Amino acid sequence: MPLVLETDYGTPASASTEAVGLTIDGTRVTVPAGTSIMRAAMAAGIQVPKLCATDSVDAFGSCRLCLVEIAGRAGTPASCTTPVAAGMVVSTQTERLKQVRKGVMELYISDHPLDCLTCAANGDCELQDMAGAVGLREVRYGYAGENHLAEAKDESNPYFTFDPAKCIVCSRCVRACEEVQGTFALTIQGRGFESKVSAGMAERFIESECVSCGACVQACPTATLMEKTVIETGLPEHSVVTTCAYCGVGCNFKAEMRGEEVVRMVPAKDGKANHGHSCVKGRFAWGYANHRERILKPMMRERIDQPWREVSWDEAIGRVASEFKRLQQTHGVRSIGGITSSRCTNEETYLVQKLVRGGFGNNNIDTCARVCHSPTGYGLKATFGASAGTQDFDSVEQADVVIVIGANPTDAHPVFASRLKKRLRQGARLIVIDPRRIDLVRTPHVEAAHHLALRPGTNAAILNALAHTIVTEGLVNEAFIRERCDLSAFAHWAAFVSEPQNSPEAVGPVAGVSPDEIRGAARLFATGGNGAIYYGLGVTEHSQGSTAVMAIANLAMVTGNIGRPGVGVNPLRGQNNVQGSCDMGSFPHEFSGYRHVSDDGVRATFEELWGRPLDAEPGLRIVNMFDAALDGSFKGLYVQGEDILQSDPNTHHVVAALAAMECVVVQDLFLNETSSYAHVFLPGATFLEKDGTFTNAERRINRVRRVMAPRNGMADWEVTLAIGKAMGFEMSYGHPAEVMDEIARLTPSFAGVSYDLLDRVGSVQWPCNAAAPVGTPVMHAEAFQRGKGNFMITEYVPTDEKVGPRFPLLLTTGRILTQYNVGAQTRRTANIVWHEEDVLEIHPHDAEERGVRDGDWVRLDSRTGATTLRARVTDRVAPGVVYTTFHHPVTQANVVTTDYSDWATNCPEYKVTAVQVAPSNGPSDWQREYGEHARRNLRIAGAPVE
Amino acid sequence: MEAAKLVMMANQIGKFFAAQRGADPVAAIANHLDKFWEPRMRAEIAAHLAAGGAGLDGPVRAAVGRLKEARPPGMGV
Repeated sequence: MPLVLETDYGTPASASTEAVGLTIDGTRVTVPAGTSIMRAAMAAGIQVPKLCATDSVDAFGSCRLCLVEIAGRAGTPASCTTPVAAGMVVSTQTERLKQVRKGVMELYISDHPLDCLTCAANGDCELQDMAGAVGLREVRYGYAGENHLAEAKDESNPYFTFDPAKCIVCSRCVRACEEVQGTFALTIQGRGFESKVSAGMAERFIESECVSCGACVQACPTATLMEKTVIETGLPEHSVVTTCAYCGVGCNFKAEMRGEEVVRMVPAKDGKANHGHSCVKGRFAWGYANHRERILKPMMRERIDQPWREVSWDEAIGRVASEFKRLQQTHGVRSIGGITSSRCTNEETYLVQKLVRGGFGNNNIDTCARVCHSPTGYGLKATFGASAGTQDFDSVEQADVVIVIGANPTDAHPVFASRLKKRLRQGARLIVIDPRRIDLVRTPHVEAAHHLALRPGTNAAILNALAHTIVTEGLVNEAFIRERCDLSAFAHWAAFVSEPQNSPEAVGPVAGVSPDEIRGAARLFATGGNGAIYYGLGVTEHSQGSTAVMAIANLAMVTGNIGRPGVGVNPLRGQNNVQGSCDMGSFPHEFSGYRHVSDDGVRATFEELWGRPLDAEPGLRIVNMFDAALDGSFKGLYVQGEDILQSDPNTHHVVAALAAMECVVVQDLFLNETSSYAHVFLPGATFLEKDGTFTNAERRINRVRRVMAPRNGMADWEVTLAIGKAMGFEMSYGHPAEVMDEIARLTPSFAGVSYDLLDRVGSVQWPCNAAAPVGTPVMHAEAFQRGKGNFMITEYVPTDEKVGPRFPLLLTTGRILTQYNVGAQTRRTANIVWHEEDVLEIHPHDAEERGVRDGDWVRLDSRTGATTLRARVTDRVAPGVVYTTFHHPVTQANVVTTDYSDWATNCPEYKVTAVQVAPSNGPSDWQREYGEHARRNLRIAGAPVE
Repeated sequence: MEAAKLVMMANQIGKFFAAQRGADPVAAIANHLDKFWEPRMRAEIAAHLAAGGAGLDGPVRAAVGRLKEARPPGMGV
């Protein structure tokens, strides 16, 4: 498609339902009350000249270019700050206005370099456009006077430059940082002629609080803030609208291209999850697609201690098929399996599970969602009847009280965090339940009403204590429960939470939280208006992960916070397609649409279409696969787009399991850690190279569109088809759209989904079917998916992972803004400048006791293993708790995490590990041995040694 | 698979369902194991029970005794 040029209406839309009629330049216009004259004019196709106005931020009225005349009113008011009025008659082009605008432009240009021909924004500069629009032909003031043309350029940010010589001080960047991003990193420093945009306390961008979201660059009307890729490459000539492949927010982007080269990724204004905003990852960190370490040819080896050998696709696929067939003949049909990835598309994951169920003839298919949100699927299905969040992201705009539990949105879901912060600045109240003082607890113009800094592992206890307060203090929404919930289940549950062991006074000492704080939070949530709960892996990745999800659902039901905008239960999914990979039947016990494999009727529909008898028994989960590999009954594995060695817990155990298998096939972009135990490597394609769909955390099915051909020669879905064909299981599709057609045919909640629909309406949220032809923004509006809401009893059972004299501290893990998951993509971008290593956060008291200073190397020991990393001494963590990220393989944080897992789903308990910390002067034995092993894995026969 | 690990996992499941009220915990535990445990895991925990069932909590022990026999792969129809 040609370059997508979005209409800038100058000021934000009004939400008013009252219509106002007026006349602009003789044209009759009707707009919502509260609309600016500028926006009303643009709606009528009349572009009022402007510089400081853009519709992503509130009107400012500083540039004085958008002046208009209004019949019966004196002067020339700014059209951006003047709201429409009934019967108003406006003129946007008069002799007086022309003279004023020309004079204003003349002053702007008198302090602006006239290097248009060599400027990076040439052809994409609003200042240039406005000079043309007002007919500027001369600048009478010359350049002899004082000006800013010699100001130094700030090139410190790896992705964009700041050139103050080109700045017109319109404040669009400052306002975008405040209003859109909510970071408040920019300001206008000085007064009058000395006014200038300043990052932080007059720092360089890289040293300021700037989070590199790109909102300022997008808002800038000149070349002052400019992407380095545009400076290097030139302006794009066409766009392709696609979806980001990082977190579960699912932002739409315009990939702006020159031929097959990406010039920049610009967030799409009509993206329904992001509304034109972005974060540093989606906006800038896509360079990994062209990283020199990317593997583009299939490779094989007989043994894992050998170098890789590049081979043809035919040879690699043939080896996979012959090995898998040999293993099944020798060890049984259930001796092999596959793992789908939440980074891949719905169509790709659907095909991998189809290959396993139909081609392998078993249900040994699992997904990396196993190790993150599988408890969400289980818990929400048990209580509500649907394994998904209840809302859309827009819902947060109507929330009055927000609980954020076990999630860190400003780092892991930044674009949603910006929307949440905006709502909080408007007056919504916030309750944070997290062991760590995440940024949301106190950030510019946002402060949590309550921070329950609980001890890791006590989520269920705290949630029960909140429910106890609500039930025993008479704050229950009885009408909602009478109408919408199973009354018998409610009665049992209400009796349970009312018991003394669930009171804040009993739970407080166990969880390390003041009972008063618990009671205060409960009262606020129950009485503060629309209550919304957002949660993440700090809830699910526990031995009671599913229990805690059910406790959250109970809390939403007991307060009646389900079924309308502004409320609900909202799991924040870590990766881009966690929801989709679960929807597509990646779990070993269920087909697409969450239907159990033992259901004869459901299974028959798949058998009929696929032409194969299917296994009626659940298959192995990832963690069960490892155990089965170690007992010798599981021998072969196909892993698409997932690095189980780095991301799964208890690395020693994973390594032993992988080493015990006879054929491990890895399909990925890079030689990841898992590949060091693989026998066949199949190169994968990036999201820029594929067609398909991702489903984000709000159940929104977004199109992913190919912007360039796969550099490895085959699309990922074609590779899966080739393996199937070689194994005698033919799957025939001409395009991923046909895969989606099959998904729709077999999956009731996707029955109405097609690429045609998505191309027409942009995106839809499932269920999308005859009852909801354009999707379902809010679920359970009239009744729960399961009929009546089901209160489950959520007894607190302490984890078996205990602290003691040898391991007195609790380790919990998480993510950081600039890195993503195992870091395979983001470590291969300039994002590395912000987070080049994982560090261990430790409280000053614990550090002092151990003689650890900030920046020291420390050894982190648990019952399962040890690693070393640098310490960061900080009171963000409570005494007794330490925290780290897991983005770097050199640290291998999962060497220390344990085998403990959620009782219902086997989701690992990453968030609670008993550890000890001590000063160290070198890597652990594991790090030394594994480093050497990983280095050997990079050998490719015949490739030059670097 | 390691019997001790299966016992621990089964007991975790048992604790959850034993706490539910107004439902038969033994049936709920057996149903969960049938629905989510792969046949070799069920066979191994059943074998462990047959060998004395050391470590299995009361309701879990009863539930394991009720597990369904697994159907063979590819024989669903």
